[in-house]
Amino acid sequence: MILSQINEVVKVGIAQMDVVKMPNTIRTSGLGSCVGVVIYDESKKIAGLVHVMLPDSSLGRTESVNEAKFADTGVAALVNLVKLQGAQSFKLKAKIAGGAQMFQFTSDKNSMRIGPRNVEAVKEQLRKLNIPIIAEDTGGNSGRTIEFNPETSMLNIRTVNRGVSDI
Amino acid sequence: MNFSDKITSLHLDVLKEIGNIGAAHAATALSDLLQKKIDMHVPMVEMVSFNDMMELAGGSENVVVGIFLRIEGDVEGSMFFILPIEQANRFIRRLIRDDSFDFYAPPVSEIGLSAMQEMGNILSGSYLSALSDFTGLKIYPTVPGLSVDMFGAIISIGLIELSQVSDTVIVINTSIFEEDIIDDEAVRGHFFLLPDPKSFETIFKALGVSTE
Repeated sequence: MILSQINEVVKVGIAQMDVVKMPNTIRTSGLGSCVGVVIYDESKKIAGLVHVMLPDSSLGRTESVNEAKFADTGVAALVNLVKLQGAQSFKLKAKIAGGAQMFQFTSDKNSMRIGPRNVEAVKEQLRKLNIPIIAEDTGGNSGRTIEFNPETSMLNIRTVNRGVSDI
Repeated sequence: MNFSDKITSLHLDVLKEIGNIGAAHAATALSDLLQKKIDMHVPMVEMVSFNDMMELAGGSENVVVGIFLRIEGDVEGSMFFILPIEQANRFIRRLIRDDSFDFYAPPVSEIGLSAMQEMGNILSGSYLSALSDFTGLKIYPTVPGLSVDMFGAIISIGLIELSQVSDTVIVINTSIFEEDIIDDEAVRGHFFLLPDPKSFETIFKALGVSTE
């Protein structure tokens, strides 16, 4: 009998984050204007994923801050989380997806353009932390479900209207 | 803001009544439009986490037809009309008298999309004008947008405003269904009304049940 490894898919909800090691994969579904940020260490086969909703924690007016909700706090918190699992900071790389505009509006209200603003904010944080973006699939007007495999460092992206791709 | 502590069963009843009146008018409009009997459930008013919100229409990956609009005026918030693809197909086929119409098979015909958009317009308009009459508040809906995509991707736009002040959402959820297919859970449409947090007090004041 072959000893089968139990491959688990760790699911990350909206405004949440988590970390996995090979052979497990990590996944978040139904990204619209939100952005899924994967930060990984290729040699250690460790990856973290955060599902951010808003660009900047200064937008938040709650007493307790959920770090994973915002791009500025979420990216930094995720980096800490993957480092705690043994990832080395100089090896960290990123792949990002999401930031769509699901509905076309003439309204210039800021919250309606939240997708592009989320993408921009995530990129700025990654730049600050010197983490290179290896691949991205952002913008457009499609929802995305993404799954990252730390073993292959591939990010699988599923959409309703544009099929499936790996980046 | 610990708003939830101030909400009593009386307030919940008021919010349910809002769902009731709004959705009843919309269901009547839909029934007229399709010449078909449309029934609805007692509205549910739920305070849920963002992730629980995703489960209210079959999970964040479930592909649906979604109509979304913002409400402006005395009350602000987001409104959604969500239909499972099967249900939307049946409605639109009936409306445009074309049995080959299918949201599953893109490119979807312009006439079908435009009929769906118009249906969204009529239903959300009748929902909100009933609400405006009932409360005496000025309510201005934006032109609705249409998307055929994952429920999570669609509904999250309605969570953006709320997410700045809260990690939970109060949703007024009314489901509608065709009378002859009551048993089929999968083919149920939803009206979701998500008032922005600051608008609850306005609604309660207008109906004489202020929390202050």
